[in-house]
Amino acid sequence: MKKETIIYAFYNDDDVLLKDAQAFVSQGLWVSDVFSPFPIHGLDPIIGVKESKLGYAAFAYGLIGLTLALLGMWYFMIHDWPMNIGGKPNFEFVYNLPAFVPVAFEFTVLCTAHGLAFTYFCANGTFPGVKADNPDPRTTDDLFAMEIKLEDNPNFSLDQIKSMLSKSNASEIREKQNCETDTCCNK
Amino acid sequence: MQFIFNNKIKAVLAVLMLLGVVSSVFAFLDHASHGQRFWSNFLIDGFFVFSLGLGALFFLALQYATEAAWSVLLKRVFEATALFIPVGAVLIIIALLSGTLHLSHTYHWMLEGIMQKGHENYDAIIAGKAGYLNQPFFWLRTLVYLGTFIAFVYIFRKRSLLEEVASYKGSVKLSAIFLVLFGVFSSTLSWDWIMSIDTHWFSTLFGWYVFAGFWCSALIFMLVLTVALKMQGLLPNVNDSHIHDLSKWVFALSFLWSYVWFAQFMLIWYSDIPEEVTYYQERFGHYKVLMLGVFAVNFILPMILLMSRDAKRNYTRIIWVSSIIFVGHWLDVFLMITPGTLHEKGQVSFVEIGMFLGFVALFVWVVLQNLSKAPLEIQNHPFKEESEHHHF
Repeated sequence: MKKETIIYAFYNDDDVLLKDAQAFVSQGLWVSDVFSPFPIHGLDPIIGVKESKLGYAAFAYGLIGLTLALLGMWYFMIHDWPMNIGGKPNFEFVYNLPAFVPVAFEFTVLCTAHGLAFTYFCANGTFPGVKADNPDPRTTDDLFAMEIKLEDNPNFSLDQIKSMLSKSNASEIREKQNCETDTCCNK
Repeated sequence: MQFIFNNKIKAVLAVLMLLGVVSSVFAFLDHASHGQRFWSNFLIDGFFVFSLGLGALFFLALQYATEAAWSVLLKRVFEATALFIPVGAVLIIIALLSGTLHLSHTYHWMLEGIMQKGHENYDAIIAGKAGYLNQPFFWLRTLVYLGTFIAFVYIFRKRSLLEEVASYKGSVKLSAIFLVLFGVFSSTLSWDWIMSIDTHWFSTLFGWYVFAGFWCSALIFMLVLTVALKMQGLLPNVNDSHIHDLSKWVFALSFLWSYVWFAQFMLIWYSDIPEEVTYYQERFGHYKVLMLGVFAVNFILPMILLMSRDAKRNYTRIIWVSSIIFVGHWLDVFLMITPGTLHEKGQVSFVEIGMFLGFVALFVWVVLQNLSKAPLEIQNHPFKEESEHHHF
């Protein structure tokens, strides 16, 4: 982990945080992240979060699921062991297609949901045994935290940022050092 | 803000209605069908526009019953659309009277002597349905449905124009009663007016299929009307989130309709029982391209083109996608009725399109007339402020 200084500003209200984030960004301060128990509407464009690409991943997983299901149905029911489905002409995939639709639908949903869940975990770095990187457990309950990194803001000094935050509506300000070795840390 | 129904719109609608009248004359003079083509199209278009009003009334009641806040600013649009019901009811009555008076052969079970043993027209299967499918009971049901819908649309409108919190609370209670009645009537009216055309055939899913179709068409119409009013600057407080929510309804209901369409088809196709497959044999026999085309367009077009967040807020795209699936849902009603009334002779040509445009013009005329009768903006409503701040 590279050496960095992180300042957290804690808020009790998401609306107050939203207004402050807007004010900081307009002053040129770069807010790297916000920890919140729920999605805050309108926050993404303010702190410059890029549009999620998960939708495209979902479409790809859905397509894979659909293809696999239809391919499987064709192999099991038509090619390998032709099944008589209610007297319909067998050996013909397309004439039996309506019967395969429910299965294809379910498998599409299954692949999309599972693929997306795993992609989401990977994108967030949430693997088994990983330590939570939110600054305070209360950000999963009723607290909102804004994360500002000193290294992201070369135009501001640590004291400048701190004084900006102390003048804002933040209820609590905390500083944290991340570094390569444990010895250089304050804690 | 007040909507003004100006002469320019009136002129366009009048021309379309005239086109409808001319097409009706042509349909009536079609010798091959002895006027049946006219009556068949009258029922298709009459039911289609009536059901748009009915879908709007249901949606309005749904907003009351769920005490929804987001839609408060759009209430006048829903009400104006629902207020078509009295006019639509007249169209339905004319269409049904043509059967009772033997002017048309839309309803085979209304044929003289069809339930009389020994008569040359006797049909044992239809006679078995006499307990439900007889004219006095049929007309009693029809009048009860129409009377209930007309009563509720006027009551909701009257209470809404009072602009009082107390009248709103009363409407919430009334809407619950309406939804229960609608739950039964929406199914039975589709059995009575549409399913009974293919008298031998029955499907327990038919009511929901019809309902999903007209709920979707009604939302399409109300979405386009809202977007049009918004583009004219007449709904200043309606924001993109409201439009997005309406688009979401159209998107979701397209799936509901596709789901029910397929569920009905697949079960009948799978079991392959002679008394059930007749419906699809007629349709896939003579209307295969139309049948599959309508399903594909109404399902795939909204799925692909209205999926993303940006698309649901893009006015141009909303209007053209909605217009296509609006026609798609009209063709769906066409396919419910025509194969049973004209059999292999049904077609979509100038006459059908002209009558469709004429009826839709009449519908739009009545809706805009009602829209111009009250201020578009709600003055006093417990959720007005919440609706103004609707944002996501």
